[in-house]
Amino acid sequence: MLGFLGAMPGAVAQGIIWGLMAIGVYITFRILDVADLTVDGTMATGGATLVVCVTSGMNVGLAMLAAFIAGCLAGLVTGLFNTKFGIPAILAGILTQLILYSVNLHIMSQKANLPLSVEKYNIILSLRNIPRAILVGGIFVVVIIALLYWFFGTELGHSLRATGCNPNMARANGINTDTNKIIGLILSNGLVALSGAMLSQYQGFCDINMGRGAIVIGLAAVIIGEVIFGKIFKNFALQLFAAVCGGIIYYIVITLVLRMGLNANDLKMFSALVVAVFLGIPFWKRKIAETRSSKEAV
Amino acid sequence: MLKVNGIYKTFNKGTINEKKALNGIDLQLNEGDFVTIIGGNGAGKSTLLNSICGVFPVDRGSITIDGNDITKLPEHKRAKYLGRVFQDPMMGTAAGMQIAENMSLAYRRGMRRGIKWAIPHKELEMYKEQLSQLGLGLESRLTSKVGLLSGGQRQALTLLMAVMKKPRLLLLDEHTAALDPKTAATVLELSDKFISEGNLTAMMITHNMNDAIAHGNKLIMMHEGRIIYSVEGEEKKKLTVDDLLKKFSEISGKEFANDRALLN
Repeated sequence: MLGFLGAMPGAVAQGIIWGLMAIGVYITFRILDVADLTVDGTMATGGATLVVCVTSGMNVGLAMLAAFIAGCLAGLVTGLFNTKFGIPAILAGILTQLILYSVNLHIMSQKANLPLSVEKYNIILSLRNIPRAILVGGIFVVVIIALLYWFFGTELGHSLRATGCNPNMARANGINTDTNKIIGLILSNGLVALSGAMLSQYQGFCDINMGRGAIVIGLAAVIIGEVIFGKIFKNFALQLFAAVCGGIIYYIVITLVLRMGLNANDLKMFSALVVAVFLGIPFWKRKIAETRSSKEAV
Repeated sequence: MLKVNGIYKTFNKGTINEKKALNGIDLQLNEGDFVTIIGGNGAGKSTLLNSICGVFPVDRGSITIDGNDITKLPEHKRAKYLGRVFQDPMMGTAAGMQIAENMSLAYRRGMRRGIKWAIPHKELEMYKEQLSQLGLGLESRLTSKVGLLSGGQRQALTLLMAVMKKPRLLLLDEHTAALDPKTAATVLELSDKFISEGNLTAMMITHNMNDAIAHGNKLIMMHEGRIIYSVEGEEKKKLTVDDLLKKFSEISGKEFANDRALLN
C-alpha cells in the first residue's frame, strides 16, 4: 500500500502529460467526430523532435515549439489524405502513422531510441523531480485549455464545431468543411506532439514505440473524464479539464493494477478492453431501451 | 435574378443504376418571385434544388444568380446567396450547439470567419428579437442545446436561420413534410410571412397541391427531370387540385400516382 502511495505522484505527473494528449484526441474525436489514428505516430514525432533539437543545443522552449509544428505537419498530411484524396479518416490516419514511423526514425538518425539527460540539458520537467513535473505539466494544461476555450468561442472555432456536429448544415451556412477538418487535425496533432515532447523530457528519452497505442490511452482518458465528470462539467473548458482528469485517473488505475500483479505486457490489452467496454456502454443502453419500448408496444 | 439554363444531371452514369434526374431544366426567376414546385417521387424536384445549392456538380448547363455564374462554385461558396431549409428537421441545425451559437453561425453566412468572438454581446438582443417572431418561446432559451428542441421547433429555427441574413434566394425542400399537420401549418405560415416581409425570392417544393396553389405567384410541375407545366399570376390563382391532376395526366400520359398528394 505504501508502495502504491509512493507511486502516486509519478502516476499523476504521467497522467497530466497524457491528459494533454487526451485534449488533442478530444478535438478530433468529440469536436470533429473523427477517430484520428495519426496520434500514435505523432506522439513519437513530438518526442523525437524535442530530443534531437535539445541535444543539438536548441533552447528547450524552441524545441517544444518545433515539436508542436512537426505534429501540426503530421495532422496536415492526414487532413489532406482525408479531404483531397477522399480517404476515410481512420485509414488516412493509419497511413500517416505508418509514414511517421519512417520519418521518426529519420529524425532519430535511424536509432530506435535516444537518451536525453536531465543533468546535461536544461529541460523543464523530469521524473527526477516529480512535484516540479506536476507543476510544469499543470501550467501547460491550464494555459492550453484557456487558449482552446478562447479559440472554440471564436467564429472560426464555432465553424469547426459545426463541421463536426452537422457538416450539411455547416456547408449550407457557408462553412468550408474540408478546410475545417484539416485545421482541426493540425491543431489536434500539434497538441499530441507537444505532449510527446513533454513525455520524452519526463522519462529522459524518446523511443520509436513511445506512441504505440496512444490513441487508446487518449480515448480512455476522454471517456473516463466523461463518465465521471460528464454530469457536472457542462462548460467546454471543464470538459477539456475532465479529459485531463481522465488521463490522471487512468494512470492511477494502471499503477494500481500493476501493483496488484497485472503483467505489464498485458497492459495494452487491458487498456484496449476497458476502452471497448466504455465505448460499448452507450450502444448497449440504446439497445436495451429499444427492446423495452418494443416490448411495451406489444 | 436566378437563371437556370439547360441543366442536366445523371446519377451513376454507365451503371445499371443510372438515373437521369434532370433532363434539361430552364427556369428564370425575377426578384420577389415565389415558386412552388410539385411532381411525383423521382421527378427531380430535390435534385433541382440541390443543383442550385451545389451539393453536386451538374453535367451540363449553367446557373446564375444576379448575373454571377455559380455553376462551378463549391457548395460553401454559394451559401452567401442562399437560405436553405431541408425536409429533415435535423439537417438544418447543429444539435450539439446552443440556439444562440446556431444563430451566430447563420448570421455569418457569406462572411469570413476569423478569430473574433463568435457571439458578441450586442448580437444577443437581436437574436432574441428574431426568435420572438417564431412565437415558440425560444428567445428565453438562447443557451439551450438545439438537440433538446422538437422537430417543429428545430425546423422553425432553421427557417429563421435561413432568412435572418437576407438570402438572395430561399430554397425550401418539402420543409413541412416531416412535421405533424399543426406544426406544418405554423412553419408554412412563418415561411409565407418571412418571404412577404423580406420580399424574398423563394422556391418551395411541396407534395401538397393545395399548398402549392395557395402559396407563391408561380407554380411549376416536374416529371422525369423536366418542367412539364408552369403557370403564374391570375391563372395560377384560379387553379384547383383537379385542374393540376388533369394537367398532369394530359401532359405525362400517366395518372398522378402519389397518395400523399391525393390525400391532401
